[in-house]
Amino acid sequence: MGDMSLEKVSENYGDVLKEIGNIGAGNAMTALSQMLQCKVDMQVPQVKLLDFAEVGEIMGGEEQIMVGVFLGVEGDITGSMMFLVEQASAKHLINKIMMGMAPEGDEFTEMELSAMKEVGNIITGAYLNSLSSLTNLKIFPTPPQLTVDMACAILSVPAIYFGTMGDKILLIQSQFYDEVEIDGYFILIPDLDSYSKILTSLGIPVL
Amino acid sequence: MSEIIKVGMADLKTCISPDGVTTLGLGSCVGIALRDPVTKIGGLAHIMLPDSTAIRNSSQNIAKFADTGIVELVNQMEKLGANKARLEAKIAGGATMFQFNTNNGTMMIGERNVEASKQKLAELNIPVLAQDTGANYGRTVTYYPETGEFHIRAVGKAQTVI
Repeated sequence: MGDMSLEKVSENYGDVLKEIGNIGAGNAMTALSQMLQCKVDMQVPQVKLLDFAEVGEIMGGEEQIMVGVFLGVEGDITGSMMFLVEQASAKHLINKIMMGMAPEGDEFTEMELSAMKEVGNIITGAYLNSLSSLTNLKIFPTPPQLTVDMACAILSVPAIYFGTMGDKILLIQSQFYDEVEIDGYFILIPDLDSYSKILTSLGIPVL
Repeated sequence: MSEIIKVGMADLKTCISPDGVTTLGLGSCVGIALRDPVTKIGGLAHIMLPDSTAIRNSSQNIAKFADTGIVELVNQMEKLGANKARLEAKIAGGATMFQFNTNNGTMMIGERNVEASKQKLAELNIPVLAQDTGANYGRTVTYYPETGEFHIRAVGKAQTVI
């Protein structure tokens, strides 16, 4: 297993990773629809192997303002997980949860950010739980952190982590949307060493 | 018509006035802008990590690190005709995007990137005329070698010029 590389993982096991994204995000969507009491859909997850220069462009441009909830993944596997929602979508989502009581305007109040963090916590928890039951691996999220900033600046955090190991970043991206205006992403970013653990636990022989 | 040349993450570019260089959404990365005020040759490096010698796998991309990235930018500018002895620098970025309780290495990366950049510039005798670093927000920066102005934009803040 010493020669596992991100290129190899993405080439040989891309479909498995997509399925993981599908199951994880599917569960997270269910949790989100229950919370919002409306239908939320998702697109087929994508497994992306990217150069750092491309990282900022994956979600509508480097400067797209996103609300990002970031948590670490610990236990049998390690890595990080992000839940990113475009600013206006986040407003809409929070307003739905607060039963239309959220104040107007682009700025977020403490209360709104706290609500958003909790949403992030619940739905990333649902994502990771399903991954944990699927693989029988212990997976714990660390407490969520939230920021409102440019997409590229937020994504620099996982990118830098990958930078310590190579020149590319591998991520499993799921996009979700409702009928109107919620548009957001889940990004699961396992560390390189975690891929073989996930694959082995699913009974997939790792070459 | 002047052009603004875009620099990606772990990337570097040079330019000659009236052109400028920009990089979007610097988070914990650091943008190092250099110019020769006489020839008006400028450049910008968007580095991700402090030290190329501390990495377990060798990397093909020298623009990724503060140490090798700055040296490469200086080399490229010299090839265009810049005089190394005249170079001056401005830096921005190095934010801590998420506050974690742990103080482990990867989380303090923004600060370490700033420190490493300043150290390398000092080694090369390039003065840092101004900096806008640290804090917890991302920055988009544009550098104009004509004036040496470094324009910095952040979400929810007015544009500043250093």
